[in-house]
Amino acid sequence: MKFGVVVFPGSNCDADCYHAVKNVLGAECDYLWHQDRSVAGYDAIILPGGFSYGDYLRTGAIARFSPIMAAVADFARAGGLVLGICNGFQILLEAGLLPGAMRRNIGLSFRCEFVNVRVENTDTPFTSAYRPGQVLRLPIAHGEGNYYADPETLAALEAGGQVVLRYSEPDGRISEAANPNGSLHNIAALINKEGNVLGMMPHPERASEAILGSEDGRGIFISILRYLERRRGK
Amino acid sequence: MYLVKVYVTLKKGILDPQGVTIRGALEALDYKNVRDVRTGKYMELELDAPTAEAARQEAEEMARRLLANPVIEDYRLEVEEARA
Repeated sequence: MKFGVVVFPGSNCDADCYHAVKNVLGAECDYLWHQDRSVAGYDAIILPGGFSYGDYLRTGAIARFSPIMAAVADFARAGGLVLGICNGFQILLEAGLLPGAMRRNIGLSFRCEFVNVRVENTDTPFTSAYRPGQVLRLPIAHGEGNYYADPETLAALEAGGQVVLRYSEPDGRISEAANPNGSLHNIAALINKEGNVLGMMPHPERASEAILGSEDGRGIFISILRYLERRRGK
Repeated sequence: MYLVKVYVTLKKGILDPQGVTIRGALEALDYKNVRDVRTGKYMELELDAPTAEAARQEAEEMARRLLANPVIEDYRLEVEEARA
């Protein structure tokens, strides 16, 4: 199984993702340059966190038009797995591969801390290693994670089980206090209707080893690998 | 050549945390009559185009595709003739 981690100018979690996939998960992994025009030969694509193009104009707005994103969109439309983490999530929103948009955090703080998120849907290629309702301790680091979608879109996301992670209390209760950025419905991660593109604000790659303070993020990568192996076995 | 002024603002009803904070700061300066503050972006494009209408149409397309995010933002354009 081969993962590709896209490197945009300003990405800063690319090496963390590469490490998590290659050394923690033990899968094959390559860096893909934003100027590349193909993702052929890869089984899963990761858009890492960071500040692509300096967050100029809007987060993800410029990166979304980089040459590789056309290939990533085609890959996604063909059913390929795409995981966008933090800035990667913002890029997926700007690209229209996921619905909605990010606003500045409520409270205007850049939030860099561990948060709790509840797993809302384990029937996805990205979360099958978790238990329904399991609470994960994962780090966030963003200034623009305040998710917005219009009421109809939001209702459709909820009805379709597309909200995959929600900011919660340690015991799994959903509260305003547990919401670090004002995100509607405490949304921390979303999947597309087809179930192959996931965007998440927390950083699983920064929580994949005990030495990093949490191993709760490793399940995301394990889920992807299991899914790909099952798919290949068919 | 045309000068296109692009104003990008958050849609009505979309929370603007920066605006809220600026309003609070104005209030702290004793301006108690400020009901609301909305922030936005201002851009100037120097555009080669045959006519003002062509410049507007092209700038519209740029605004839709890149300059504004239609999910949360509105835009407004002003086109002026400019000396090259």
